[in-house]
Amino acid sequence: MDFDNSKPIYLQIVDFFYENILIRRWQDNERIPSVREIAVMVEVNPNTAIRAFTHLQEQEVIYNKRGIGYFVSENGYGKVLNIKKKEFMGEVLPDVFKKMRLLDISFEEVRHAFDQQKNETDHEKK
Amino acid sequence: MIAINHLRFHYPKDKMVLNNISLELESGNIYGLFGKNGEGKSTLIKIMAGLLYPKTGSCLVMGERSERRTVKGLQEIFIVPEEFELPGIRIASYARINAPFYPNFSKDRFNALLEEFKLGPHERIGRLSFGQKKKVLIAFGIAANTKVLLMDEPTNGLDIPSKSQFRKIMASAVDQGKCIVISTHQVRDLHSLINHVVILDNAGLVFDRSLYEVSEGLWFGKAQADDTEHLIFSEASFGGKSVLPRAHRDETEVDLELLFNAVLTTPEQINQALNIATHGTTV
Repeated sequence: MDFDNSKPIYLQIVDFFYENILIRRWQDNERIPSVREIAVMVEVNPNTAIRAFTHLQEQEVIYNKRGIGYFVSENGYGKVLNIKKKEFMGEVLPDVFKKMRLLDISFEEVRHAFDQQKNETDHEKK
Repeated sequence: MIAINHLRFHYPKDKMVLNNISLELESGNIYGLFGKNGEGKSTLIKIMAGLLYPKTGSCLVMGERSERRTVKGLQEIFIVPEEFELPGIRIASYARINAPFYPNFSKDRFNALLEEFKLGPHERIGRLSFGQKKKVLIAFGIAANTKVLLMDEPTNGLDIPSKSQFRKIMASAVDQGKCIVISTHQVRDLHSLINHVVILDNAGLVFDRSLYEVSEGLWFGKAQADDTEHLIFSEASFGGKSVLPRAHRDETEVDLELLFNAVLTTPEQINQALNIATHGTTV
């Protein structure tokens, strides 16, 4: 895993979990890799991996079955969707708006670019 | 696990290399031992392993002075030196001859590690490159399963893919009962593995803190214009990063290289900022 060097690594591991859940690689109620497996996979100290697992448990995205392992929560997908939406609306969009003002880009231009990209990806799917 | 008390060391007829070092190393951690060239990192590791003796003060490993080199003590300590010689025999023979010294040695683990490093037990050590020999020793050291594992510049001589293999292997080697010390100046190779930083400078110990403590108390990144009054340390280059007290800012990943430079430049200020963050006082 390549780390972005400003965000704490444990939060980058959390994002890695979110992504796996959002693309449905890890389904609700499915067992996920152990702390040790994740630590080896992303090449970090297991203590860092534990921090990521603790954070995910606090967000109720995963849960621990004693002696068996960690699982995606009942509504893990929905929870992650909520968290990431909030992040998008609260952090990503304000940044985009700021840039739009700075570069004098209108909403219509953005809508046009959006539609165009959507068309292209739809074509690719066909 | 390792307790160093008022330790002093110098080589014959030479200036002090380690001057009044006191340090406690606990199990369950990977310690990063940093310092400029010639600041005594290797010397300190050799003292821990019982290869050099303190001039004054003491180094206790699991409660015993390391220079006593008891059988019981040496069974629980393994050192991977920066430079070493291995006999030209087959890897499997080397393991068979040396494994009896380490009661917890696991042959299965050793073979699995060799495989991870793309080495076969029947290869002759004499025909291996320096980097490959180092892998043999690292694999043996981890498989020896000692309570203390000391590594001096372990990534020196390893190519780029091997460094990733090394990190995976080290991540799997951490154990609540083990104390791992890695000395290096290749900070980038190891920053995701270590969780406690020890820095030596001018023959003294100038920094000794867990990374958790550092990321709680300090902020690393590009400073905004209105941050300048809080700056503790700043890189001189254009677009360089700075160290600030974290206060209410979001947590950032500790930039070890930046921390290292900051500690060497202004050790008092860095330690003071961290003392304020952890204890709320300057004491």
